[in-house]
Amino acid sequence: MTNRTFVLLCLTPLFIFSLAFLALPLVRLFMVSGESEAGWAIYLDILRKPRYLNTLVLTVLVSLATTVAALAISTTAGMFLSRNRFKGRGILLSIMTLPLAFPGVVIGFLIILLGGRQGLINQITPGHVVFAYSVVGLFLGYLYFSIPRVLLTVMAAAEKLDPELEEAARTLGASPYRVVVNVILPGLMPSLVAAGAIAFATAMGAFGTAFTLATNIDVIPMVIYTEFTLSANIAMAAALSIVLGIVTWALLLIARSLSGTTVAAGG
Amino acid sequence: MFKSKTKILQLTVTLTACAFLLVPMILSVMAGVTANYFQGISSGFTLKWVFRVWELYADSIFLSMWLAITCLIATLIIGLPAAYGLARHPGWLSRLLEEFISLPLAVPGLALALALLQLYGSMKGFRASWTFILVGHVLYTLPFMVRSILAVLASMDLKTLEEGAASLGASPWQRFRDIVVPNAMPGILAGALTVVTLSIGEFNLTWMLHTPYLKTLPVGLADSYASMRLEVASAYTLVFFVLIVPLLMAMQWASARAQRIAQ
Repeated sequence: MTNRTFVLLCLTPLFIFSLAFLALPLVRLFMVSGESEAGWAIYLDILRKPRYLNTLVLTVLVSLATTVAALAISTTAGMFLSRNRFKGRGILLSIMTLPLAFPGVVIGFLIILLGGRQGLINQITPGHVVFAYSVVGLFLGYLYFSIPRVLLTVMAAAEKLDPELEEAARTLGASPYRVVVNVILPGLMPSLVAAGAIAFATAMGAFGTAFTLATNIDVIPMVIYTEFTLSANIAMAAALSIVLGIVTWALLLIARSLSGTTVAAGG
Repeated sequence: MFKSKTKILQLTVTLTACAFLLVPMILSVMAGVTANYFQGISSGFTLKWVFRVWELYADSIFLSMWLAITCLIATLIIGLPAAYGLARHPGWLSRLLEEFISLPLAVPGLALALALLQLYGSMKGFRASWTFILVGHVLYTLPFMVRSILAVLASMDLKTLEEGAASLGASPWQRFRDIVVPNAMPGILAGALTVVTLSIGEFNLTWMLHTPYLKTLPVGLADSYASMRLEVASAYTLVFFVLIVPLLMAMQWASARAQRIAQ
């Protein structure tokens, strides 16, 4: 057996598996999206019908809010944890990366424990404060999901940033604010864009968190799910899946070309 | 020790974020071992909810472990030779193949599950068996295995090592077994732990692919959140934490080690 045959043989199982369970199913999904009465115009319906358009707008808005909040929190915490060595730093870091292994459903449940009817906030505050099942709860769930992922991306970049540049800026008389704006942020920028894209894409596609919290809120993954299971509108479920898939894929492609990191989406 | 205002502000943000992440976890653990969560801790600690979870959901826990092990075996059989093939033939075709199999990292699991259902949903025997869920798990975890091994292989001079062995008369299979696999070990270990951790926690694909007779741990969790009392749901979440947290830590340790070796 020659080298070439052996290498080709090595790639065969991967090729067969991804053809049978990735390529062909995706082609089938695309075909199905055009099989309703609307035909291929179904993709225009997403923008024309208020129900889908509103869903799209709400999903983008919640995802944007999540991205901005996660970037602000995780960049601050990430810079702090990578620039300071102190007792308890390791524990803080462990706490902040622990949720990486939690599926979206579990995070949804944690938000219910915080803001549900029997939740902590409702118990310790006077009056009736229940936010778990509202857009606020969904936002907090997505934020919970995103903070660890953004933190890891930012910290990886912060480790590579030369602290001497900040020192130099300070000796030249720059205020802490100027150091952040003129030295740290430009250095971190590619990673921040990448981390933002990851946070945005995961929030757009998050199903588990929405499944537990968004029983009354229409975000894209929930609409795909209800179109498929309740309305049996399979063509629309397929069309929305395709659009969602292309958007998240394109965003993560940008993220990877900027930072070279891979963080699992999902949720 | 943190004198400047900026540092105090940074510390405050960090601690608030930590509290936001940690407090609900503590609430969940507490609720799982409290006799009556509505009355509070004064009602006493108990393990009866954990036992109740075991009675109700032991099957789903075992199914998840079984799926994780079979998923690991499948990703090894497909991923290890594939990573070697991709490392030996770097080029646009390999890049394209790697990009393509990485799609499940970016495309939401819901969409992938729909695609699988559209193509294979009518094959009743396959649709109703655990192997259908396994396909979903392999699809989702395979890119992690391939990339983890590929990163280690790409960092070493595979070509020279193999030429040396070949000049001594080693066949391609012998070189794969005696040179490639031992050298790729840190990548294989990191990949394996990632695959097991992700498979046990996978929900998005599994929720769409599962049948009423085949519930995995996270599917059971969603089930208990919707229909069980808060204490049982919390105790079940506690069981999940006990399973997943050590795995996550082992995975992070192995990945950091593999990354050091790859550099």
